[in-house]
Amino acid sequence: MSRERPPLSGSPTLETAQPSGKLGDWLFAGIAWGCGIIVLLLILGIIAVMALGGSHALQVFGPGFLVHAVWNPVVNHYGAAAPVFGTLVTSFIGLLVAVPLAFGVAFFLTEMAPDWLSNPIGTAVELLAAVPSIIFGMWGFFVIVPVMAQDVQPALIDSIGHAPIIGRLFSGAPFGTGLLTGGLILAVMITPFIAAVMRDVFNSMPAVLKESAYGLGSTRWEVMRKVVLPWSRVAVSGGIMLGLGRALGETMAITFVIGNSNRIGASLFSPGNTIASLIALEFPESPAGSLKLSALLALGLILMVISFITLACSRLLLRELRV
Amino acid sequence: MSATVTQAASTRRVATDAGRARRRRLANLSATLLCAVATAIVLAALISILATLVSRGIGGLHLSTFTRMTSPPGSGGGLLNPIVGSIIQTLLAVLFGAPVGLLAGVFLAEFGTGSWVADVVRFVSDMLLSAPSILVGLFVYLILVGPVGHFSGFAGAMSLAILVIPIVVRTTEDMLRLVPTSMREAASALGAPRWKVVMLICVRAARRGIATGILLAVARVSGETAPLLFTSLGNLSWSVDLRAPMASLPVTIYQYAGSAYDDWVQLAWTAALLITAGVLIINIIARIGLGGRDST
Amino acid sequence: MRAALFALSAGIAGLLPLVPGTAHAVDITGAGSTFAAPIYGAWGAAAKSTLGIALNYQALGSGAGQNQVMARTVDFGASDAPVASAKLASNALLQFPTVIGGVVPIINLPGIAPNQLHLTGTVLAGLFDGDIATWNDRQIAALNPGVALPDIAVAPVHRADGSGTTFVFTSYLSKVSPGWKSNVGAATSISWPSGAGARGNDGVAAVVRNTRGGLGYVEYAFADKNHLTTVELKDAAGAFVAPDLESFSKAAAAADWGSAHEFAVDMLDTAGAGAWPIVSTTFVLLPINPKDPARGAAVIKFFDWAFTNGGDIAKQLQYVVLPPAVQASVRQAWSHVSGAPAAVR
Repeated sequence: MSRERPPLSGSPTLETAQPSGKLGDWLFAGIAWGCGIIVLLLILGIIAVMALGGSHALQVFGPGFLVHAVWNPVVNHYGAAAPVFGTLVTSFIGLLVAVPLAFGVAFFLTEMAPDWLSNPIGTAVELLAAVPSIIFGMWGFFVIVPVMAQDVQPALIDSIGHAPIIGRLFSGAPFGTGLLTGGLILAVMITPFIAAVMRDVFNSMPAVLKESAYGLGSTRWEVMRKVVLPWSRVAVSGGIMLGLGRALGETMAITFVIGNSNRIGASLFSPGNTIASLIALEFPESPAGSLKLSALLALGLILMVISFITLACSRLLLRELRV
Repeated sequence: MSATVTQAASTRRVATDAGRARRRRLANLSATLLCAVATAIVLAALISILATLVSRGIGGLHLSTFTRMTSPPGSGGGLLNPIVGSIIQTLLAVLFGAPVGLLAGVFLAEFGTGSWVADVVRFVSDMLLSAPSILVGLFVYLILVGPVGHFSGFAGAMSLAILVIPIVVRTTEDMLRLVPTSMREAASALGAPRWKVVMLICVRAARRGIATGILLAVARVSGETAPLLFTSLGNLSWSVDLRAPMASLPVTIYQYAGSAYDDWVQLAWTAALLITAGVLIINIIARIGLGGRDST
Repeated sequence: MRAALFALSAGIAGLLPLVPGTAHAVDITGAGSTFAAPIYGAWGAAAKSTLGIALNYQALGSGAGQNQVMARTVDFGASDAPVASAKLASNALLQFPTVIGGVVPIINLPGIAPNQLHLTGTVLAGLFDGDIATWNDRQIAALNPGVALPDIAVAPVHRADGSGTTFVFTSYLSKVSPGWKSNVGAATSISWPSGAGARGNDGVAAVVRNTRGGLGYVEYAFADKNHLTTVELKDAAGAFVAPDLESFSKAAAAADWGSAHEFAVDMLDTAGAGAWPIVSTTFVLLPINPKDPARGAAVIKFFDWAFTNGGDIAKQLQYVVLPPAVQASVRQAWSHVSGAPAAVR
């Protein structure tokens, strides 16, 4: 597909370069800059909404807001620790499962499967990426949660639940919902997202690079690991960031399966909450100007900070790798 | 290519180290197997989702579903107004969001290289990806609903457009960066102005990946409930007036799925089936359209 | 890419002729309480043909209903929890009740039939705060002589989303159990001492159905339509009462409407014989000085019509209508709204 060289001669407009191109260039650059600035203004606007709205809660609770695992609307005491914990754990589980899966899919489709197989399967994977998140939530709640409750969680509790240290991760009541289920649903959601980007990236690689490696007798795996991956590292990380971004802010799918409890449990089975799902659940019942609404907006601000830190880390990481 | 040379080289290596060759073959085989398993898992998830939607949603799929408005429980309502509302709002969202996202992606890949503004824009665009959609809805509520004094389909479309932008920015930039510099240089050498080089050469070369990004964005926003609740609100009767509240499928699902009445619950599943089928069909059509022209 | 954009713009262009839209005689918009959404929708559909008033009611949640009417983005708000008098005054709002409904506990216990299990408010509080851990606890056995109670752990399930149902249910627990009142309290969402959360009535019902020993609470219509296993509760007179429209009506009749401010009546655990103890009314919040007096008048006309003609529809959907005397005083209160139609003035 993309082994193709994009058609140069096919563009009839190329030869008609005129002085007017200057004005066109100037205009076009201006529009492109303008669109970049729009993106910047949008996020600043959203952050301003959260910062202004959330400042009341941050003033009332101070830095303790971050470490308190309390969410009690009756006495108006709020802390962010539980939803922050839930957000990080589910996104981590999601990425841990999704990245290898997505890589496997992309590798299978670009290097291993013959065309008659890779085209339909590739389309199917991209279709999974296109399934809206509320559908993942309904599917997770009605299909995955019962399986987790009746088969997976009891089996895990019986097998490794009694092991020292690690056993604590697999203990507790098998409600079916919880951090693990939330992470797995996230993984299913973001795998095709990441895989779609990886596949496009792998496909865009100039064929000559791969062919020379094959010509030298490399196996497919070696070509992937030593030629394709290093070449496409940056774009692949972009795809992973895309997936992580979706995981951090994912609302509806997670809300259905996470168990919706504002407590921090040691077990992967314990019900939890993420920032986005807590905001979605509580926002409609928060009176304007209330401390609760302010706390929810402050949570949104924290989510922005988390995604800021994640992004900054990944940028630094990429810089290291490049050297 | 110099096939004889490479063959000779590899033959020499295999001869000197048979054990290493076996190890390499084994690594290759297990990688192959694991990748096939990964693909099977992902396919199984898709099949399971579709099977669930079809088995629960098909029962509510009648002609009247497409010809009648939503109505109270027990009175044989349909989904006409939310279907039309969803189509209008999603289309508008893409119409506003995709060009902005595309051009911002062009800015990042072609114009902003090296400038700190581009670094900042790239960063905040990625942050926008993970902004909870309900807060995007709240933002739009504050600028487009509060001051105007009523909910509107336009506000709903705008909040979806904001969600479209960062996805398109990210994929556009990534795909443009993969277009070989030699192509840009060749076009510039022929005297083409910069904007033509970018739009006609680079964006064309990257169009498949960019289209993937736009389709992912459509998929994401077509199922969004949270940003619509406080912008387009929903409408129980027929309305395509962008200045008035407008119905949508996700909001209908949100309100019907949790209700006490069998026919409403059935319609919620049918709506879920319709959204998914609609998104999937758009994807397949777009893929055929884009893949068929000159890419393979 | 360009082809795709072209197709999109063509699609939009095709829709443009529709955009001006069809104008109704009067379009009114309301938002809020999820509990009241089915009845307002049903009344709206019936009133459209007879009254010429098209109601667009959207279930955003009671808190959102209050916020939106205070921001005047809707013509009326709807809330399950009453708004305090001072807040009503400062926002120039009139509050009046429309229909009455009940909240019912549901259980999942093998061998126990609907309405077979007897509970009291204090035992219910004990089950939800974790004090009573198993179903064969002697406090439950004492209320249920002769019933074979299984030795299964209690798995309480609560609403995860903020909701008027939670407000009503926890208000009841606070009223009957001093321990609950001081340790937990009542609100649209609270910090639950134990158990798991689920979104919406359907979520609670599904988790209870999946969990042996499950215990939850839902709106009555939801339990009735889905044939969930409900329980009987002890009324203030000491008898056990099953949840149905009749026992809700008895609670409404026994409530002390006369001394309630802004109709914010307390119908929990009323003294009436045979009255279901967890009953509440849902409220409409109407601006006294509507931006558009015609729309304010239309809202009043709509509910006036509903009070007169909407009783049967309400019954079908498992709601209880207001006692006639209360309807009369609501009609009187409407005259405070500027531009109120002369008929109800």
